[in-house]
Amino acid sequence: MTFINYAAKEINCKIVYYGPGLGGKTTNLQYIYNKTSPDAKGKMISLATETDRTLFFDFLPLDLGTIRGFTTRFHLYTVPGQVFYDASRKLILKGADGVIFVADSQEERMESNIESIRNLEANLKQHGLDLQTLPYALQFNKRDLANALPVDELYRVLNFKREPTFEAVAPEGRGVFDTLKSVAKQILVELRKR
Amino acid sequence: MASMDLVLYEEEIHRLEEVLKRLRHDSNARAVFLIDKNGQQMAADGDIDQFDTTSLASLTAGNVAATDSLARLIGEREFSVLFHEGERDHIHISIVSNKAILLVIFDERSSLGLVRLRVKRASGEFDKIFETMAQKATATPVEGVHETPFSEITDDDIDALFSD
Repeated sequence: MTFINYAAKEINCKIVYYGPGLGGKTTNLQYIYNKTSPDAKGKMISLATETDRTLFFDFLPLDLGTIRGFTTRFHLYTVPGQVFYDASRKLILKGADGVIFVADSQEERMESNIESIRNLEANLKQHGLDLQTLPYALQFNKRDLANALPVDELYRVLNFKREPTFEAVAPEGRGVFDTLKSVAKQILVELRKR
Repeated sequence: MASMDLVLYEEEIHRLEEVLKRLRHDSNARAVFLIDKNGQQMAADGDIDQFDTTSLASLTAGNVAATDSLARLIGEREFSVLFHEGERDHIHISIVSNKAILLVIFDERSSLGLVRLRVKRASGEFDKIFETMAQKATATPVEGVHETPFSEITDDDIDALFSD
């Protein structure tokens, strides 16, 4: 749900990073936070366990600049990936304007990727959202690992609607901004249609 | 994309701000915020420079969402009021018009009883404003009035945001 404030001349959009546990969602946000100039970002909040696993969500507000005189602001959220945090994941998806799925490229994580995409689709439905029409990008993370599956194989199994896909190594930043830009652009194009 | 965007026009913002200003004054609060349930700040009044307002809005919405789920788990529809007591500052959170979250930050210059009383009074006024907003959202748009500027966004405009 985009929030348009005509008085403050602001457009606020929400992008949610989804995917299996330990897939690199928080690392995506940390890289964006570290590489963004201080005037374009707010404080990054991580509600995490003592062992740095996401407990509720990470949050990063980003200002992208102005478009037609309106400040364009994106609120980036991650969900907790671990299976048993499903109630929290559902809450965070509420009002999402776009979703980035961070898939773990490792062969042994394939089942978790599949389960997480199914879970994403089901949770979106509960909010009246449809992954078929929602701005969406798929990121194949951890491409630097020796046990990473070939991209073709990941795409064949995980692609949902021929969405844009990106190879990534999140700690180094590879693919991180390209994925974000892809979904941000899709959201703005949707806004134009309305 | 969800079909129902939240759109705030200047006249409603000013009305919301007026109610917030009165509430802050009457309740002797440090600051008052109106936040939408997805964590976006709609309006505020008081010592707002003292706070990271973006984080405040996001965490408040997360808090309310989690508490709503807790309520349903035990068979309640919602917990309509939340109160967090600190050593110096306290937070009173309530749902208004089933659409927004009203956050009041207050200290020893006020009291929970006074805040509750004033919040209750302000909630009725917020109800009326949200009703107007809902009517506007469903009304047929009049030519030239509140016409969306976004239909004219070009690919170049979008690309310019990502140029660096």
